[in-house]
Amino acid sequence: MGRIEKTFEQLKQNNQKALIPFITAGDPNMETSEKIIASLVEAGANIIELGVPFSDPMADGPTIQAASERALEAGATLDLVLDLVERVRRFTQIPIVLMGYYNPVFCYGAERFAERANAVGVDGLLLVDLPAEERDELLVYTKPKGIHLITLLAPTTPEQRTKQLLASAQGFVYYVSMTGVTGTSKVDSAAIEAQVTQLRELSPVPVAVGFGITTEQDAAAIARFSDAVVVGSALVKIIQQHTDSPRLQEEVRRFMTELKRGVSRATD
Amino acid sequence: MSNYSYPDPRGHFGQFGGRYVAETLMPALLELEEAYAEAMADPEFEKEFHYYLNHYVGRPSPLYYAERLSEHLGGARIYLKREDLNHTGAHKVNNTVGQVLLAKRMGKKKVIAETGAGQHGVATATVAARFGLECEVFMGTEDIRRQSLNVFRMKLLGAKVHGVTSGTATLKDAMNDALRHWVTHVRDTFYVIGTVAGPHPYPQLVRDFQAVIGREAREQIMAAEGRLPDAVVACIGGGSNAMGIFYPFLNDKDVRLIGVEAAGLGIDTDKHAASISAGKVGVLHGNKTFLLQDEDGQITHAHSISAGLDYPGVGPEHALLHEIKRAEYVAISDDEALAGFKCLTQLEGIIPALESAHAVAEVIKLAPTMGKDQTIIMNLSGRGDKDMHTVADAFGVEL
Repeated sequence: MGRIEKTFEQLKQNNQKALIPFITAGDPNMETSEKIIASLVEAGANIIELGVPFSDPMADGPTIQAASERALEAGATLDLVLDLVERVRRFTQIPIVLMGYYNPVFCYGAERFAERANAVGVDGLLLVDLPAEERDELLVYTKPKGIHLITLLAPTTPEQRTKQLLASAQGFVYYVSMTGVTGTSKVDSAAIEAQVTQLRELSPVPVAVGFGITTEQDAAAIARFSDAVVVGSALVKIIQQHTDSPRLQEEVRRFMTELKRGVSRATD
Repeated sequence: MSNYSYPDPRGHFGQFGGRYVAETLMPALLELEEAYAEAMADPEFEKEFHYYLNHYVGRPSPLYYAERLSEHLGGARIYLKREDLNHTGAHKVNNTVGQVLLAKRMGKKKVIAETGAGQHGVATATVAARFGLECEVFMGTEDIRRQSLNVFRMKLLGAKVHGVTSGTATLKDAMNDALRHWVTHVRDTFYVIGTVAGPHPYPQLVRDFQAVIGREAREQIMAAEGRLPDAVVACIGGGSNAMGIFYPFLNDKDVRLIGVEAAGLGIDTDKHAASISAGKVGVLHGNKTFLLQDEDGQITHAHSISAGLDYPGVGPEHALLHEIKRAEYVAISDDEALAGFKCLTQLEGIIPALESAHAVAEVIKLAPTMGKDQTIIMNLSGRGDKDMHTVADAFGVEL
């Protein structure tokens, strides 16, 4: 059993939901990202989504676009992101999912990537622009290494297609709560509850919900009917606001603690 | 070549092409693919498309024998396919007529487009106005500066123009923002992509709508010369005018097909837009193709004096034609393009778009190496009115 499966298994036994924070690796630099990950773990993160910076993040709103730009300016590369995972593995066994776009992985070489990612302890890969139709070319290398390609489902995905995608889902599925890019509008939990509930009935793996979740209240509302809550832009914003402040780690922990409280409240 | 049949059912041109997009967009692409197949099988759609091409765009466009240019160069007889005479001034409108008719057929009320030089934006805004659809155009602020006249035209036509400031603020970034807008409004919005790139079925669909250029040119050269041309030359940014004129000649293996990329300040510098000549394979904007990128897979900045060629990728079918060696790809610098611009203007009284001036510059190199009994068709993809400010700048003239 992989780290992702073990994590969800444990949460289930304790009647808890997962909190999945997203940060862009290398924003503002790799050393700080390492410290932020430690803070996230300390404050109760269950899985870490680590953004791999890309020059053209087409599915991201302004917040994560800017984080990507800052990371690239500071010299981030896919190799350095994998180095970061390697260092993080010295202090935690939390599941780590790399999130980003296909080109840096393609350019690195799928086979070489799968080997190194597995060696440093990456558990999953969520590539926004690699839908089921195109993922086989990568899957042939990641699958034997036990690295999950996380399936994304959108509000526009029709039922038949949803069933097809779920049949090959690995680790967990990521439900995109709205049509749009990251961090631009707020999630409407009432509007998606029925869809997520139905998805959980159909899905062989846990269902995480992301996009537009920014507060403790959002986290509580979404955790009530999903298996996991993903928070990205709102956290990236906090990192950006406190980049040069000695209180950065404290602020990250404070925000995470709030979100954690929300997620916990859902199962009280 | 007689068994050339691309893309495959999954939208691949050999290793290139495909559908590398967010899941949110996949259902829309599948719906578009289906609607397109239905439209193509419907003779009424074909009839409607050609009606508007003939009566609204002004087709067929002439195939003009450039006598003085041919004599001046002293080699092959040069024919110009006059896409510059189309309504709105470039080949772009062939495709926007097709896509807007398709959007209408699919019941979409809103269209969006990205634009570089502004020609595709103007063509989309024009046809959207004609059919009463709402239109929003995404354009880099750097291009808005270079092409202010086209921005004004789009606004007059009733389109909303979004200035895109991210990245290099050019075509690539406009396409990013158009995709972001589409993913947000995918349920009621049709994305009119302007070139033979993007996710399947766009490269195929744009090629098919533009192939009218090559079909006409083939008939016209047969009428004029009684035989096929020895070479067909066209400029390439994403590559829609080139694909449109190349496609009907693909199976004529004696016809050389030459695509002209923008070498900017030189392909040995970091300021060019020659993704086939100097890029490598990668994935961007929904398709796998040749891209300008660094060793870590980050897309690098393209440069060309011509806003329409200023893009770090190229359509996947061109990538395939390069790989299987059916077409040749060369690169022409900013300075050579400007010389071509001047040459055509002064010898033929035809002011080409700076994009098309790259093809002129290649013809200037190629024609003298060929015999007087040989012929070249050059796709004059657009007219140069929009480029007056840029050209004046380059020649040090204050307007």
